[in-house]
Amino acid sequence: MTDINLNDLLRGYRSNPFEERDFMTPHSGVITFLVKEGQVVNGPGGKWSHKPGTALYMLERERNIRKVTATCGGEVAKIMYELEGGFVEAGVRVLSVRHKLAKDEIIDRILTQVLYIFCAPERARYFLAPEIASKLEKQPQASLFVRPGDEVIIMSLMKRDTIINYDGASGVIYKTYFEPGNLVEQEAPLLGICPPNKLPYVQKVIHRINNEWED
Amino acid sequence: MQMDQRYMKDSGKLLGQLVDRISYLTDIKADPGWKGLGELMGRVEAMRQSIYELDEASIFEEIDKIEDRLSFLEHLAAEGLTPAEIVNIARSLQRFTMSDVLENVYDSFAELGGDGECNVDPAVVVARATISRCVKNKTYSHQVMVIGHEKGRGEEYRNGGCARPWGNAKALRYMKVAETEGIPIHFFIFTPGSFPVEDYPGAAQQIARNLYAMARLRVPMVSFISEGGSGGAEAIGLTDLRLMGSRGYYSVISPEGAAAIEGKIREGEKLPSGLVAHCAKQLKLTAEDNLRLGTIDRIVGEPPLGARRDDYAFFRRLRYELIRATDEIVLKTKSFRAFRAYALKMQSAEKEGVPEDFDLVINWDLTETEIERLLELRSRKYRAMGNGFYLEERRPSLLGLGKAKELASQSYYEIRYGLLRSHQRNVMKVIEEVSSEGSVLLSKVTRPVKAAYEFVFPQPERLPRGERSETPERRSIFAEEWEQYVSPLANEDRTVSCPNAAKYSCLDLWVPDLYGEFCGVCPSCGHHFPLEYRWYLEHLFDKGSVEEFNSNIVSINSLGFEGIQARLERDTKKTGRHSSMITFDARIKGIRLVVAMLFSDFRNGTVGAAEGEKFVRACDRARITRRPFLSYVHTTGGIRIHEGTLGVIQMPKCTMAVREYIESGGLYIVVYDNNSYAGPVASFLGCSPYQFAIRSTRIGFAGPRVIRETTGEDVPPDYHSAKNALKRGHIQGIWDRREFRKNLHEALMTMGGANLYYK
Repeated sequence: MTDINLNDLLRGYRSNPFEERDFMTPHSGVITFLVKEGQVVNGPGGKWSHKPGTALYMLERERNIRKVTATCGGEVAKIMYELEGGFVEAGVRVLSVRHKLAKDEIIDRILTQVLYIFCAPERARYFLAPEIASKLEKQPQASLFVRPGDEVIIMSLMKRDTIINYDGASGVIYKTYFEPGNLVEQEAPLLGICPPNKLPYVQKVIHRINNEWED
Repeated sequence: MQMDQRYMKDSGKLLGQLVDRISYLTDIKADPGWKGLGELMGRVEAMRQSIYELDEASIFEEIDKIEDRLSFLEHLAAEGLTPAEIVNIARSLQRFTMSDVLENVYDSFAELGGDGECNVDPAVVVARATISRCVKNKTYSHQVMVIGHEKGRGEEYRNGGCARPWGNAKALRYMKVAETEGIPIHFFIFTPGSFPVEDYPGAAQQIARNLYAMARLRVPMVSFISEGGSGGAEAIGLTDLRLMGSRGYYSVISPEGAAAIEGKIREGEKLPSGLVAHCAKQLKLTAEDNLRLGTIDRIVGEPPLGARRDDYAFFRRLRYELIRATDEIVLKTKSFRAFRAYALKMQSAEKEGVPEDFDLVINWDLTETEIERLLELRSRKYRAMGNGFYLEERRPSLLGLGKAKELASQSYYEIRYGLLRSHQRNVMKVIEEVSSEGSVLLSKVTRPVKAAYEFVFPQPERLPRGERSETPERRSIFAEEWEQYVSPLANEDRTVSCPNAAKYSCLDLWVPDLYGEFCGVCPSCGHHFPLEYRWYLEHLFDKGSVEEFNSNIVSINSLGFEGIQARLERDTKKTGRHSSMITFDARIKGIRLVVAMLFSDFRNGTVGAAEGEKFVRACDRARITRRPFLSYVHTTGGIRIHEGTLGVIQMPKCTMAVREYIESGGLYIVVYDNNSYAGPVASFLGCSPYQFAIRSTRIGFAGPRVIRETTGEDVPPDYHSAKNALKRGHIQGIWDRREFRKNLHEALMTMGGANLYYK
């Protein structure tokens, strides 16, 4: 964890609050684009993000037509038109969306720089250790202190549960980045840990972004 | 003289009354500009603004003019009231409410279970009240329980008379109190519908419980309908005599809801007013229509534009009608002669308006025999509802044979399970009691008796333990494979993605595998893809055991709803069936049972008069043949809106049949699949003590869109899931489709056990 120049950071985000996100094919198939370059697309909507976003393209494999929808809103920046109507492999970049970062996303990004981030060692499903999970269930706002060597996470991989010990700096669990039981990619953040003496600083950062940033 | 009296009145008050009358008329016509109503309102408002600047004579002159014009318009409006306008009358803020009834119809009352906002559910008001009659200048009071919806006069917390599930539970609680005390219950229905939330006890499940209890409630019950919105109305509507205000409405769905369905209007889009009015007309929701259809018993006359809060003449009539209705119910239980004499007398008295005095006092207490008669009459009344609004195709050659067969089977089952079974049980009981004394001597004495008994009533041969689970059709694997029914959905060479693929990383499924070997179940996450109803007919029951009956009962367009005839014909052609319900005898691992199945391909499994009748007959067949009764709901979209209240009354009708079946000792099991919503769940399905669901089923009262439109809040995507229904206690278990047959057999054996074929 490092102290950062918040002013510079915010200025940077203000001058360019966009991020280009690439969309890769989840599996192979014949591709048909449903959007055009420059078109504005919506991400998942609804209170529970249960309404799918705008359909971006169709992938047909074994006569199974699957519409792939946008996982974030924005403007379609680039489409690989040369792939249209052809067969594509899984993991091929087919289009990109210029996404405007929302306030929460900015906070998340800044927090990843401010907090000590405990990342996923493998692509697996993760659960909080039962003790921590039960404490957080009872008191979601509770400050849970972790020290190196503490059992914090259970990794569920290949039908085996492995206990992961915390190996970072001692501190309070400030943010949980994953939904228990969901698949998490390797090196994706799991926990954000903040030393107790830095807590006021972190809160100040969040407060400032909340006040100054306009969606 | 007249002028003098008028001058004495407060002109401001007169203007206030005019404003009320104009706004009432505007509400009814739903058009502020109708015949210059807006201009009239403007004139009245202008006078109110400048009342102190004008002289009295010119004020009254103007008031007279406006009043004349208004009376003419009221007369004009009353002459040609359309059903949509009647709906507007029933919804008007100026219409009388439950509290007006309590204050003006009853002599005294004490509200129970709440007061105003401080209440379990302020939309449901319960009160103990006294109602009195005058006989030869002497007053006689009767104690009654009054239960009804309070719409409130713009009071938010009343929720517009939409009872929450716990409000209906409160109503049920006090119905039982009235039953304990043996006092009649008067119900007042002022609801646009029930509040569609699934929180415990659940909108649908609580209505079902109310209906189930009311079917055999041992006190006289009268209901009065002002605004009868479908299931919400039925929650307190299964009564011995149903009255309805002449300007009330009683409907299966609101005209707006029907318009949204018929016009396929998207959520948030404005409904065309013409379409709403058209649907209101098609739904046959007025008092006259309902009387003609037999869904109510009598109309209580209101003024031409409906009764309002200060209409004391109407309250007098309502009081008279309530007493008369309760008298009639009580007298009917005594003897028909007495009832006829009373009814004739009342008719002659009515010719001269509402009589001041009653000729006689009738005690509303009932003896045990009279209660039995009351319940019998109630049963007959509801069983007869909707008859004549379906088509029963006659098969001439089988006409006489069918009846003879029915009589013969009835006698057979009476003897087998009624006489012999009880006799057998008694003998068994004596033998067991004597044997359990454990005396060797006694056992020696009883053994020959037991041997003689077993000779007379031979026990069925039991297979050796290892062979018990093997049914004959499972003997040859080859034969099983060869003969097995495969869903036509499997005849496609392609793959499909599981809807949970993103969450559980399910692999794509090859369709012939999915709908063949996997029985439509994703092997990774267990998601159940819908399968056609025939699959269940072929796989759930023993091979060749399904024997359909009453297939000659045909759904018709009983209300002449525009466009529905073509849709019925299309569905008949598509399915080869005449209604959305199939009733049949079947066997599961040798257990004989009667099944009623609602399936999706015919009008989305909706229930109308034909389906209700088929269900009732199936229920009766199970009762006569003393077999377990299974309701398998492949899909139901609720009550068929195109049959109006004829569809709604299938709720009490079928629940009545279920109650009688269960009370006579039958085992009733309900299994939900795919989507099960609305009326049927809120009545004859939801009242079952044993309800199960197949995985991936959605069960509820109203769909997400209706919930959003009614409550203003969105619901999570899994709100109606079987898992949540189980958490809320609405169902008792979730079954996997691949184990449906096994689970059903186990349930029959566990819940039925020794009493499988009747207690």
